[in-house]
Amino acid sequence: MTTTLTKEAPGPVEEPVLRKPSARKRLVPYWLLLPGILWLVVFFALPLVYQASTSVQTGSLEEGFQVTWHFRTYLDAFTEYWPQLVTSLLYAGTATVLCLLLGYPLAYLIAFKAGRWRNLLLVLVIAPFFTSFLIRTLAWKTILADDSLVVDVLNALHVLDVTSWLGWTEGERVLATPMAVVCGLTYNFLPFMILPLYTSLERIDGRLHEAARDLYASPATTFRKVTFPLSMPGVVSGTLLTFIPASGDYVNAELLGSTDTKMIGNVIQSQFLRVLDYPTAAALSFILMAIVLLMVTVYIRKAGTEDLV
Amino acid sequence: MTDQTTGGDVRLTGISKTYGSFTAVHPLDLTVPQGSFFALLGASGCGKTTTLRMIAGLEDPTTGTISLGDRDVTDLPPYKRPVNTVFQSYALFPHMDISENIAFGLRRRGIKSVKKQVDDMLELVQLGDKAHHKPHQLSGGQQQRVAVARALINHPQVLLLDEPLGALDLKLRRQMQLELKRIQTEVGITFVHVTHDQEEAMTMADQVAVMNGGRVEQLGAPADLYENPRTTFVANFLGTSNLIGAEVLETGSDVVVSAGGATLRLPGDRCTDAVRTGGGLLVGVRPEKISLTHADDADTIAGGRNRVTGRIADSSFIGVSTQYVVDSPAGAGLQVYEQNIERDARLVPGAEVVLHWNPAHTFGLDADQDIDAGVETVEDAS
Repeated sequence: MTTTLTKEAPGPVEEPVLRKPSARKRLVPYWLLLPGILWLVVFFALPLVYQASTSVQTGSLEEGFQVTWHFRTYLDAFTEYWPQLVTSLLYAGTATVLCLLLGYPLAYLIAFKAGRWRNLLLVLVIAPFFTSFLIRTLAWKTILADDSLVVDVLNALHVLDVTSWLGWTEGERVLATPMAVVCGLTYNFLPFMILPLYTSLERIDGRLHEAARDLYASPATTFRKVTFPLSMPGVVSGTLLTFIPASGDYVNAELLGSTDTKMIGNVIQSQFLRVLDYPTAAALSFILMAIVLLMVTVYIRKAGTEDLV
Repeated sequence: MTDQTTGGDVRLTGISKTYGSFTAVHPLDLTVPQGSFFALLGASGCGKTTTLRMIAGLEDPTTGTISLGDRDVTDLPPYKRPVNTVFQSYALFPHMDISENIAFGLRRRGIKSVKKQVDDMLELVQLGDKAHHKPHQLSGGQQQRVAVARALINHPQVLLLDEPLGALDLKLRRQMQLELKRIQTEVGITFVHVTHDQEEAMTMADQVAVMNGGRVEQLGAPADLYENPRTTFVANFLGTSNLIGAEVLETGSDVVVSAGGATLRLPGDRCTDAVRTGGGLLVGVRPEKISLTHADDADTIAGGRNRVTGRIADSSFIGVSTQYVVDSPAGAGLQVYEQNIERDARLVPGAEVVLHWNPAHTFGLDADQDIDAGVETVEDAS
């Protein structure tokens, strides 16, 4: 063996070669990314491009649609349907705030006070998912029906007088009013608020609370100065997971609302499926997307999540 | 100790803590003199941290009262006690920078102009250039100093330190021990320091309370505890002790005992009060007090010294000293530390030797105790 080696040794001294990972190994991350990228391309990027082209087409279903770069569709759609856009953002915003107000205490309880009940409570939070979204929303129709217990109680307590005065309900009715739609949205998106909140609250080191208490912070101050700031990542992701889908939602307004509580989702749906005005529907989708993207960007900048650990 | 009017001693009276059926701390009385560096020393689970947390107010005592000076603080929530804690994990607020962390306590008490004090404090812990870093950008030792600064800036009557050096490596730990001691001397605040490291407790503290099983075993100055342990736990936990079971032959100003054929003497005032002729006694001597002479030279040993014969079972060279393990009729595994001045080449494993020491260095403990209490086992060692 040694002789053969020395025979081959003459010639220039070889540089010590740093072993590079083989090509196969270097490609592994890309192979792992592939399914996700394919999925995104086929079900997100391509439809988006298709929608974009639809939004600048003109024509009719009978004659066929042609790309004519008719950007006026955007202006027309916006001018005609801006009230529904505003309604959508208002309802989605209200529902998000309500979700936060309802979800935060619950997430806090599960994270810090539930002890051995923690897992059970988490299961209960996601339990509604075992029933169809539609059925759950339809159930709210019964809950908020005119002669239902809830409405009777609200009437007896004169709550509806106040909400009707505010324009949230109409007379002694709750169903088919803005309040019904917001209730449905809040209910349906609440788990999407609770879960991220819980995750970020649960990660907070309990000793930080002790440290704050030790440093003259009352329980309320501890919450304000330590717990809440540290839960900001959860607040941000929870509000985004609630606000973004809620602003495009049409099922709640469809089932619990009336023609006066139409959200932009309902308009898009009827333009696509009933009026068959595809360009307007596509343009409205893009307008909604742009507005939401803009709001989210501003919000994330303000909340400054990248600053948090 | 000092005549500061702002402070006062920390006084625990009959304080205890039980969790369900488990008693973490048995009723204990403890007084920490103002301005002292006081250590609570013990193995994990001995109740030292619980005691500290009760002083901080983070744990409610089951019985007893806590007072600072003349003021009973037992029912005060932690945020109303003039006491601050340096936590084991530091517990720095990750969303605030270093100066905000340090200013936290002052701001909570409504003090607006904190800059000067924060700067002074950063100076004290030598972190002036790190004011605007986030905690995660600092090393363990630096975070530890921030934790100290964050507590000290409030000028508490008592600073509580819960194993503050536990997470640091040995070298840094030694350095921080000196640092903490320096700071304590500089600010003159009472420090109550919880640790499982007996060397740390002895280096830093003026007073050490050795805790075991929720009770204070012994309280005293480090040297006093080391030289005059009153229980086998203290004898074994603080350093190393050779404990030999013996029978008492004679009592008086000198106690004479017999152990494995050897007759040993020890001062009567270093014996447990329970000593009586014919009874048992645990005779103790520290390894560094013992001299080792080869059996061939036994006649050169001065008279009046305690002698025990034996055979070297093992020896290990440490550098400054050599540690021998000697088996003898009086007891197996006796430890002897010999300074490496003039080494006798015959002292190798298997050699017959005589162990001898000044009787004054011998102490006597009550024989009704576990002779191995407080011996550090491999799992405990850290």
